[in-house]
Amino acid sequence: MSRSGEAYAQELNRKRAANQRAAADEDNDENKGNGNKVAFGEAGNFDTDVYGSVRGESRDRYMDSIGTGEEDDVDEDSMPTVQKKSTNYSQPHKFIEEVAAAAEDTDPFAETRTKTIAERQSKYHERAMRRQISPDRADAFVDQTPDNRNRGYAEVMRDQLYHEEKGRVERELADKAKAGELHVVGGQPEKKKGRWDSGKQEAPESENLGAASATPSQGSAPRKRLGFSALSADAATPRAARWDETPAHSTGAADATPSIDKWSSTPAAQTPRRNRWDETPKEGGLNDGSMTPGWGMETPARGSDDVKIEDTPSASKRRSRWDLTPSQTPNVAAATPLHSGGQTPSFTPSHPSQTPIGAMTPGGATPIGTAAMGMKTPAPHMIPMTPEQMQIYRWEKEIDDRNRPLTDEELESLFPPGYKVLVPPMNYIPLRTPSRKLMATPTPMGGAGAGGFYMPGTPDRDGVGEKGVGGLVDTQPKNAELPPLKPDDMQYFDKLLMDVDESQLTKEEKNEREIMEHLLKIKNGTPPMRKSGLRKITENARKYGAGPLFNQILPLLMSPSLEDQERHLMVKVIDRILYKLDDLVRPYVHKILVVIEPLLIDEDYYARVEGREIISNLAKAAGLATMISTMRPDIDNVDEYVRNTTARAFAVVASALGIPALLPFLKAVCKSKKSWQARHTGIKIVQQMAILMGCAVLPHLKALVEIVENGLDDEQQKVRTITALCLAALAEASAPYGIEAFDSVLKPLWKGIRMHRGKGLAAFLKAIGYLIPLMDAEYASYYTREVMLILIREFASPDEEMKKIVLKVGVRCCVVKQCCATDGVEPSYIRDEVLPSFFKAFWNQRMAMDRRNYRQLVDTTVEIAQKVGCVEMIARIVDDLKDENEQYRKMVMETIENIVALQGATDIDARLEEQLIDGLLYAFQEQTQEDSVMLDGFGTICSSLGRRAKAYIPQICGTILWRLNNKSAKVRQQAADLIARIAPVMHMCEEEKMMGHMGVVLYEYLGEEYPEVLGSILGALKAICNVIGMTKMTPPIKDLLPRLTPILKNRHEKVQENCIDLVGAIADRGSEFVSAREWMRICFELLELLKAHKKSIRRAAINTFGFIAKAIGPHDVLATLLNNLKVQERQLRVCTTVAIAIVSETCAPFTVLPAIMNEYRVPEINVQNGVLKALSFMFEYIGEMAKDYIYAVVPLLIDALMERDQVHRQIAVDAVAHLAIGVYGFGCEDALIHLLNYVWPNMLENSPHLIQRWVFACEGMRVSLGPIKVLQYCLQALWHPARKVREPVWKVFNNLILGSADALIAAYPRVENTPTNQYVRYELDYVL
Amino acid sequence: MALPGERFHVLAQLEHLQSKYTGTGHADMNRHEWVVNQHRDTRAFQMSHPGMNTYIAVVENESRARTRFNLINRMIQPCGPPPEKNPLDDV
Repeated sequence: MSRSGEAYAQELNRKRAANQRAAADEDNDENKGNGNKVAFGEAGNFDTDVYGSVRGESRDRYMDSIGTGEEDDVDEDSMPTVQKKSTNYSQPHKFIEEVAAAAEDTDPFAETRTKTIAERQSKYHERAMRRQISPDRADAFVDQTPDNRNRGYAEVMRDQLYHEEKGRVERELADKAKAGELHVVGGQPEKKKGRWDSGKQEAPESENLGAASATPSQGSAPRKRLGFSALSADAATPRAARWDETPAHSTGAADATPSIDKWSSTPAAQTPRRNRWDETPKEGGLNDGSMTPGWGMETPARGSDDVKIEDTPSASKRRSRWDLTPSQTPNVAAATPLHSGGQTPSFTPSHPSQTPIGAMTPGGATPIGTAAMGMKTPAPHMIPMTPEQMQIYRWEKEIDDRNRPLTDEELESLFPPGYKVLVPPMNYIPLRTPSRKLMATPTPMGGAGAGGFYMPGTPDRDGVGEKGVGGLVDTQPKNAELPPLKPDDMQYFDKLLMDVDESQLTKEEKNEREIMEHLLKIKNGTPPMRKSGLRKITENARKYGAGPLFNQILPLLMSPSLEDQERHLMVKVIDRILYKLDDLVRPYVHKILVVIEPLLIDEDYYARVEGREIISNLAKAAGLATMISTMRPDIDNVDEYVRNTTARAFAVVASALGIPALLPFLKAVCKSKKSWQARHTGIKIVQQMAILMGCAVLPHLKALVEIVENGLDDEQQKVRTITALCLAALAEASAPYGIEAFDSVLKPLWKGIRMHRGKGLAAFLKAIGYLIPLMDAEYASYYTREVMLILIREFASPDEEMKKIVLKVGVRCCVVKQCCATDGVEPSYIRDEVLPSFFKAFWNQRMAMDRRNYRQLVDTTVEIAQKVGCVEMIARIVDDLKDENEQYRKMVMETIENIVALQGATDIDARLEEQLIDGLLYAFQEQTQEDSVMLDGFGTICSSLGRRAKAYIPQICGTILWRLNNKSAKVRQQAADLIARIAPVMHMCEEEKMMGHMGVVLYEYLGEEYPEVLGSILGALKAICNVIGMTKMTPPIKDLLPRLTPILKNRHEKVQENCIDLVGAIADRGSEFVSAREWMRICFELLELLKAHKKSIRRAAINTFGFIAKAIGPHDVLATLLNNLKVQERQLRVCTTVAIAIVSETCAPFTVLPAIMNEYRVPEINVQNGVLKALSFMFEYIGEMAKDYIYAVVPLLIDALMERDQVHRQIAVDAVAHLAIGVYGFGCEDALIHLLNYVWPNMLENSPHLIQRWVFACEGMRVSLGPIKVLQYCLQALWHPARKVREPVWKVFNNLILGSADALIAAYPRVENTPTNQYVRYELDYVL
Repeated sequence: MALPGERFHVLAQLEHLQSKYTGTGHADMNRHEWVVNQHRDTRAFQMSHPGMNTYIAVVENESRARTRFNLINRMIQPCGPPPEKNPLDDV
């Protein structure tokens, strides 16, 4: 033991030398100071990580949690700061990188591949993976003998305490080791020893090492632990006994119940140490290649019956199958922290078929497959591989297959006759490399290929048939209806790969398999598969029970290879089953939280929303008491990550169950004497509540402020800071009300501003900044003045740290924004005192580089401009429009645009105007990036200048015309876009001649070959057309339109869209300039456009049909459209029906209805369906006009509703629904009841589409007939003995309840009393 | 114009959406639950419409506030205790 203690000390020393500080150490307060020093004789090294390296000394100045500074929870704001790449690195560096990249194996598809969540997450987010999915907890509400294995609140708290203390002791130890005080007890010099030697020596020492020594890979791990505990005993901790007893549980430990089994629970909390564990087997693997450390439970030591694989050519560079798998397995573990050996020792060979509980922790999941199979040798398809390994293996396999010796038959078919086989010479000894032999033998477990792209290669030769994943892994589950597994899924779904006899399985196993199948379908399946999987798993949720479900779902969610889509699906599953399980989830609340909480701080907005929804549902299902008792232990967890996420989760709970319910608890937590972490978290909860619920905190504002106010005087800096931030959030949420509630904190905040520096000051300033808008003008003025002094001081702060905070967090901008938006300050004060230093500190190119700073700065400047007037601001920045940095120019442009848009350009004098236009033109001509900022800015500024722009129009137009001629397509495009923007201004300046000229020029450019440019040119023409009108347009419309007709054939979307818009505008306002024949021609072209992918194009085309029909009368257009109903293509028909409906709307239905009702007589199903659909759309569009036509169409609809064809009836039902809603209030009940009688029987149909239309029609009837009529229909079937009848009717009934619950009260049937129950509602009998 | 896919999606979720609200029912509901909902709806209706409230107050010869209070109280187990669960129901 002493030896391993020594090893530990060695390791610590090594670490110190390398000066590698894991991010997880950051909460470790004690080890300030000596982190940066380089030991004598050691090579110095650069700071690799700004946070990690400086943190040791000045942690307080850095944020170590996400979003303490900006808590707005806006998408961009809550993202962790992304490391921005410096754009101006020198060339050689780039080349070096390129060469370096090319030298290694790079995945050319790396950029296109969808990233897994784990890949895009930050270090901080990754901590989620290190949390343990905790064991079930006892449900206090169930009246039963508590299950021994379920932990109650007391046990959890005790465990928590224990971890805390252990953490403390370990830190102390580490510190001592660092300080060199740690001495090895035995004092022996370290000797290099084989692991087996030491293992054998140690085995007799404790009787419980049996299991451990049988597992070589993990054998060393507990030993290290043991040795370590001996050390900690040295440092006066009484826990040593616990450590010793632990491995004894290894046989039962698969249960994952740390209440018995402390050992298995430790690794999760022991996050930073994990790496060492993971390393161990790898080293072993390198030292003695003959062992197979990864397959720990199959031990070379005990297994004489084991397959001998000593002859593995492990030294060879190229990996064969045998040396690949074992040596790789530890790597897998290393890459995925949870997959380390934490659980593995428990899978002793005595458990041949491991239980589902083991599957709960991904850590243990890997070996299950083998264990479950009860196989001695790792069967190939059990080997978990990462996709890269799989790829490598597949590649090698293919090479081997190709280089396989030719068989006799093959040779015979190749050679012409006349060759014969010679006898090999006597002295020839064939090469016998076992690995090669193995490779050449096709494994019997071949199967369908996994995903990925294969070159369709040369035809396979016989015998090399199976391709699978390199023929190594069969990814197709035995049930052929299931989707194939992905390589990463192996560990979760491997059971599905085995053929089992269903009848042999126990009920639990069968359930487990079923759940697994559903989950696989949901995860990897096609949408229909997913749908059915989701449905079944939801339906049977209570049957399966919470345990088995969550034990499978949660590990999947913790999987390191999870992708967004998969996570979304799994979260959806949880959401659905939560509803069904209800209070059954109680024991699993913590487990679920561990998995879901990370979603709350995800970068992805939708993930955050999903996370919130789940937690809020969970809170509603489990109840407040359970939620509090489950999450209480996490509040003062040593890990900041856990506390952060817990605080956010608590805020969600508060929003779900109401703030008042949580107040007493919060009060207690924030007053906690025991740990500052608890106080910190408590205050953070309040802050998160404010952010999450906004003004909903108002009723409880006083109470909430009282809860947190003590934090301002806390002895811990962190608590003070979070309190200030919390008050800022509360003030922001309650603005502009509730200043009274903050009375008590004003003074401490005020004092705090004077006392604090750095991050603390930033937080306090933010709080004051948010409080000022709540005050009345007098106070606001006073406070603003005082704060301004400090702000201005900090603008010019020479302190880099302070400045960094100001720039990075943008808090200061925020504060300035608040102060300036208040009435309290005079413009002159800002102009004289604030502006100079503000511009000096912030308006520089560096600020434009960071997207967030950029935004903040633009907003703040615009805000200040409102105070001091636009001239002042624009004058200051206008020259920067000619800056050399494009990004900076963009920022200037955007600021000026916003200022001008808000305040107009009336104040701008002639000189500034000139400068402005000059700058605009420069910035416009110099732009290289494609985005609309410059164009928008140009457009906005020109249009707000209005008539004053007249003087500059010739200049601008000259530039445009010149640029329209440019060689570069992009320049031409920008020029055309600019015409579209300034056309209104030119009109205002009465520059019609110029516009006419532009129109002609653009007309000449219609032959443009770049579609993007052509689209812009069409857009410009459209803009000119729109402002000068159809009559004055040059070229005349009659010339322009025929030129446009062929362009309609262009397949590019932008061209199509702009062209159709232009044509539509002409058809709308200038149709008389063009002959009817030309319009008909265009009609035919438009039919093609109905096929367009883009919806806006289809819509524009359909609208144009309406205009044309109006211009030349509906008959010809209608004839064209009705003919088009006969085509095969569905989308075309649908669009045609819409067009018919539009035509009938624009030309009044009576012009169209006879024709289409006549068309219904055509005995062709497509046409009839089309007519019905047109009717349906028509009724949707014409609304209450339908009252004049209802009696005319009822016979047709009745006929359609009696049709055999389901789809036909479906469309008819839809038409009835729209019709019913349209005629609401016009006294058409007789017709509607008649229709409802035909609609109602459709409830027994199976098609979900039809049922949905049916529900919709009933909803329409509810509106027009009144809910009571529909209720009477429902009552006949609500209690029908057949479920098939009941189910759809309950859907309708529920809609009645949701839509018009009040109206139903008088109409419910009278239910007679029973002896025990009084069912009659006697109040209804009251008669006065 | 919603895509057919979306519509179908809506249908699949309709039941789920409806189940979020009190007062809705499902095919496996029993009489007691249904009638309890009716009772609560009725009383909520009567107390929240001032006219109805006054009417009932006059009939019962109570003050309006008392009537309101009574009506709220009657929403607690309005039909008495739920019937004994029959083990056969679950089958």
